[in-house]
Amino acid sequence: MLRMASSFPEEVLEHVFSFIQSDTDRNAISMVCKSWYEIERWCRRRIFIGNCYAVSPRMVTGRFPEVRSIELKGKPHFADFNLVPDGWGGYVYPWISAMAKGYPWLEEIRLKRMVVTDESLELIAKSFKNFKVLVLSSCEGFSTDGLAAIAANCRNLRELDLRECDVDDLSGHWLSHFPDTYTSLVSLNISCLGSEVSISTLERLVGRCPNLRSLRLNRAVPIERLANLLRQAPQLAELGTGAYSAELRPDIFSNLAGALSGCKELKSLSGFWEAVPTYLPAVYSLCPGLTSLNLSYAAIQSPDLIKLLSQCPSLQRLWVLDYIEDVGLEALAASCTDLRELRVFPSDPFGAEPNVSLTELGLISVSAGCPKLHSVLYFCRQMSNAALTTIARNRPNFTCFRLCIIEPRTPDYLTLEPLDVGFGAIVEHCKDLRRLSVSGLLTDRAFEYIGTHAKKLEMLSLAFAGDSDLGLHHVLSGCENLKKLEIRDCPFGDKALLANAAKLETMRSLWMSSCMVSYGACKLLGRKMPRLNVEVIDERGPPDSRAESCPVEKLYIYRSISGPRFDMPDFVWTMDEDSALRLS
Amino acid sequence: MAKEGLGLEITELRLGLPGGDRERNEKKRVFSEINIGGGDVVVGEEEEEHSADRKRGTKNQVVGWPPVCSYRRKNSFNNNENEKEKVYVKVSMDGAPFLRKIDLSMHKGYSDLAMALENLFGCFGMGERLKDADSCEFAPIYEDKDGDWMLVGDVPWEMFVESCKRLRVMKKSEALGFGLEPTSFLLKGSLEIETK
Repeated sequence: MLRMASSFPEEVLEHVFSFIQSDTDRNAISMVCKSWYEIERWCRRRIFIGNCYAVSPRMVTGRFPEVRSIELKGKPHFADFNLVPDGWGGYVYPWISAMAKGYPWLEEIRLKRMVVTDESLELIAKSFKNFKVLVLSSCEGFSTDGLAAIAANCRNLRELDLRECDVDDLSGHWLSHFPDTYTSLVSLNISCLGSEVSISTLERLVGRCPNLRSLRLNRAVPIERLANLLRQAPQLAELGTGAYSAELRPDIFSNLAGALSGCKELKSLSGFWEAVPTYLPAVYSLCPGLTSLNLSYAAIQSPDLIKLLSQCPSLQRLWVLDYIEDVGLEALAASCTDLRELRVFPSDPFGAEPNVSLTELGLISVSAGCPKLHSVLYFCRQMSNAALTTIARNRPNFTCFRLCIIEPRTPDYLTLEPLDVGFGAIVEHCKDLRRLSVSGLLTDRAFEYIGTHAKKLEMLSLAFAGDSDLGLHHVLSGCENLKKLEIRDCPFGDKALLANAAKLETMRSLWMSSCMVSYGACKLLGRKMPRLNVEVIDERGPPDSRAESCPVEKLYIYRSISGPRFDMPDFVWTMDEDSALRLS
Repeated sequence: MAKEGLGLEITELRLGLPGGDRERNEKKRVFSEINIGGGDVVVGEEEEEHSADRKRGTKNQVVGWPPVCSYRRKNSFNNNENEKEKVYVKVSMDGAPFLRKIDLSMHKGYSDLAMALENLFGCFGMGERLKDADSCEFAPIYEDKDGDWMLVGDVPWEMFVESCKRLRVMKKSEALGFGLEPTSFLLKGSLEIETK
């Protein structure tokens, strides 16, 4: 038997492994035996690194020499809400530099919440001859000069996708750096850029790229230029409009409606900045085939939304503002029975009083009417345990449930009780729940339910919830598959954290801000757990200028095999074995 | 309890029903007064803002709450933080059958404006001809607060936005003989020139 295993040709194994794309499976394969480890590492083409500080670039290029595609994530999720101070980290340059040497044939780079400089973009542009895909989500630190370098040098570029990035937008010129000979564009997303780009340059670019399937424009592209652009690319599957408003002029309207109807493959629409209802009917011809609609930047009221949505029977994903109201969601539930994902964003998140009639009723309607609905993000101002229980019973197939009741610590509006039972129903019925965000008034009991039932839960977000360490303990000890836990403003302290220290090594990361974890506990954790980086983030100054019992402002703990990082700003300290010596 | 000995006052974390003396619609103000458990900093900083805000009468905002991502906050129309005044001015172009309007506050500088003008009147043939600066036959001028017609591009951008009342894209031929040298400084913005 042994001889058979060792004489089995590597090429055959490699061929078999090439059908295995999932990271988990690949990791499992690599642990079977040494020869499988070796074969697997030489044929792994795609790497996903959920925390760029969990491993060093050199370790990655050393173990996997033939990677073609890499995805990296940097800052913690709460950076989206300005909770991570500027300068915390997440710099991509060391990665690009290592890959420039190790992966000359790299084709794809996908980054999320990382700091990307023009220098990095220039290095990408000149290091990878076959570079095809650049996706930057929620990144910052670069300017349109860096984009110009990409445009000018990446002859085989297929995708340039800038999602919600903070770009130093010097001008729209960079677009004209795509050479006239460049024709391989498949996907372009410039929706987050502020400056005007030359529409004629854009038209020429679009016109010469026959494989263009996805085009997401920025706000500065006026609606009257859209028709012409679309005529250059009738094969588009995905369109993000620019500003979707103008005074109603019949010629513009009919031109646009005509051009849109010519795009027979168009399935996904977004953009609609400053949209006015008068131009919405221009998309009606597309509605029967639409599967994805993002109206979350459009201040369209529910009557017009209903008119639109009632014509979209194939809709699978809808992002919309709470102008849709309960009545609109009821109509959605009736018309769009194939709906899989719904996100309802607040139009006036800082207003003290509700400005729209959107309540728990809307969510109940969709949970009842849409059997395939599995992912929800819902901002509202009132909720009840009864509603949550109904929703959970209607829709046990939720995989992602994020509810944000706008006012912290809001109780059940009918009974004035905490919403423990309601969220308990969610985790009890939705056995495949992988992501959960809770809100409203919650006691430790809610966390007991979560720890008891949410066995497949991978990511949990908590804010202004719980009574004591017991709450945190329930979660850390009960949720077996927990990978990411982010907590803000909860009364959780040292006990639960120290009691569940080993759990932290099985997770990607833990974020705690405005909680009650003391500096002493952080030091202890750092000392005891060498494979964790325990970062104290505190803008008040060095933590040892205060008492050990003093709580830290923010705490970010993550497992890492590359030890503490060295690119920290002066408000971040890593607790480790040496910290006791270094800081005292 | 971990709380003890930390000297923190978690006084407002009530779990039961609100006290009998408190009405439900006071809850909104209560949030702003809550000492959010934990870090001193949140309380300390928020307190100053709270008293200032109470004077102004706006709702208090805790950092990062509600959890609307910062990109969405910056870009949603209902954005209180981004209160830029819109500056709409009429734009006429010689030969065009009707005028347009443009919001100067949406643009960052002359080069951005140039691109916008090109895009606006693109269908009237400005596009290709602008590629060659010297042969460009258009010159942008504007009427300022004093009613004088000025060549665009001489003053700093902010000053221009302040004083511009209307724009006109004029044929160069009309400007000849007036000592104007429309160097198309403005229009350079739309050209493919390396500016490094």
